[in-house]
Amino acid sequence: MRILLALPFLGLLGVPFYNMESPSLFGFPFFYWYQLAWVPLTSLLIWIVYRNGVRKGEQ
Amino acid sequence: MDSPINWTALGVFAFFFVLVTVLGFAASRWQRGGSTKGAHLDEWGLGGRNFGTWITWFLVGGDFYTAYTVIAVPALVYAVGAYGFFALPYTILVYPIVFMIMPKLWGVAQRAGHVTAADVVYGRYGSRTLELAVALTGVVATMPYIALQLIGMEVVIKALGLTGELPLAAAFVILALYTYSAGLRAPALIAFVKDIMIYIVVLVAVVLVPMKLGGYGVVFASAGEAFAAKGGMTGLTLKSQQILPFATLALGSALAAFMYPHTLTGIFAAKNADTIRKNAVFLPAYTVLLGLIALLGFMAYAAKITVKSNNDVVPALFNALFPSWFSGFAFAAIAIGALVPAAVMSIGAANLFTRNFWKPYVNSGVTPAGEAKVAKIVSLVVKFGALVFILLLPTKFALDLQLLGGLWILQTFPAVVFGLFSNRFRAPALLAGWAAGMAGGTWLVFADGLKPVHSLMIGGSSYTVYTGLLALALNVIVAGGLQLLLGQRQAQAPAAALGGRTAG
Repeated sequence: MRILLALPFLGLLGVPFYNMESPSLFGFPFFYWYQLAWVPLTSLLIWIVYRNGVRKGEQ
Repeated sequence: MDSPINWTALGVFAFFFVLVTVLGFAASRWQRGGSTKGAHLDEWGLGGRNFGTWITWFLVGGDFYTAYTVIAVPALVYAVGAYGFFALPYTILVYPIVFMIMPKLWGVAQRAGHVTAADVVYGRYGSRTLELAVALTGVVATMPYIALQLIGMEVVIKALGLTGELPLAAAFVILALYTYSAGLRAPALIAFVKDIMIYIVVLVAVVLVPMKLGGYGVVFASAGEAFAAKGGMTGLTLKSQQILPFATLALGSALAAFMYPHTLTGIFAAKNADTIRKNAVFLPAYTVLLGLIALLGFMAYAAKITVKSNNDVVPALFNALFPSWFSGFAFAAIAIGALVPAAVMSIGAANLFTRNFWKPYVNSGVTPAGEAKVAKIVSLVVKFGALVFILLLPTKFALDLQLLGGLWILQTFPAVVFGLFSNRFRAPALLAGWAAGMAGGTWLVFADGLKPVHSLMIGGSSYTVYTGLLALALNVIVAGGLQLLLGQRQAQAPAAALGGRTAG
């Protein structure tokens, strides 16, 4: 499950993948809304790993 | 300065400043609980190790996203565009790292009563030299960081129309006094006010400013035009040469962020490991805020603002677009935003001095109450040191030292973190790695003319990466290589002894 925490690194360090202006969203070029979208996504991934740890009784 | 004093803004500013001063002094009686240890360093320096999820969220948020960030990130985005946005991936990637490392580190510290990262290192490896190396790095990296908070404060005080250095000095003396009396509880309590104010300011700004300027499409378009006219390494997206620096700066900064004494102090003050895990989930809310703050740099173009110094871009934007009472509120938020990290930084540095220098080298019989007394006095010395630093030396000196500080603190990562996950390393190897990283990295930064990135030539093509990350790689290679060598000799030693006995 912890492997999920590698996703933000792949998504954000692979800069050439998102270094472009289109498609834009609400006036934001892709470069900006893509990175901002990773904020809640990273929170969600950490939360999933956290819940999984709690279920296993991790201390 | 040429701008006249803005009395309305100054009044609002003064009101909030007095409010947090009262809170700061009242904080010594806050969150004491039943299990108070009285005059103990755990009380003054870690708030009794009793902060729950909410307090930790406000404290670490208020402490990690500093006033300088609010000024400098939009300034960089204003100056160069997309490249300045590396702060966003940096402050996202930091949380998976915090989630993996910090609950473990907290557990080790809590069980053994450690107060600082250097305590943890001494507890793990039993080496006074490695402990001193980690402590010294922490103090040296923190001092210029405190000085930068003063720069953040200076910028907004100037925007209010106040002149001279007296207001800055007065604010800092007040801060020093309540930190002395209330310890970590003061910034923790003030962080509530500061963070709520910053959230209000930013939410209002990111809704109202684009409405006034014609929407985000217009904001980005006018910034794009300005960069096209400016040319060079600026733009709404990265130039191909900027991609690697952008990614490595983000990763390196994320690895370094929670090695600083002020962020670690926030972690060690948590009530339990679960508090830290929950905060790794919820602290990214501040990163959204940071991303929006960064956009203020683009809004300045749509608002047609010109500034002499890039750092003035946020205050100038607020002064141009908002009624003066709201500007005063925003400036108060930024100035108070400088007080929280400055207080925690001086506490973190004071804890290091007391635990890892005073105790082992000056007075080994010091009681916990004695430790608290020493740390309180050191916190005053640290803050006055930073103030003198800013008043007497050129600002550029603080900025250069802050850049080096990031590289230096990153070199403590192996010593502090590797022991949590592996039994392989011993003190001599880690110390050699630390020394190699510090020396090599510092040398590269000076050789490059105090730039944060270094160009490597590999196979005829040039790769530009964050120098701190290069130094960390050298650090790990030296530590790993030496450990392999020493480990083999250790493994051979008993075999040789055995061989000797059979032969004899």
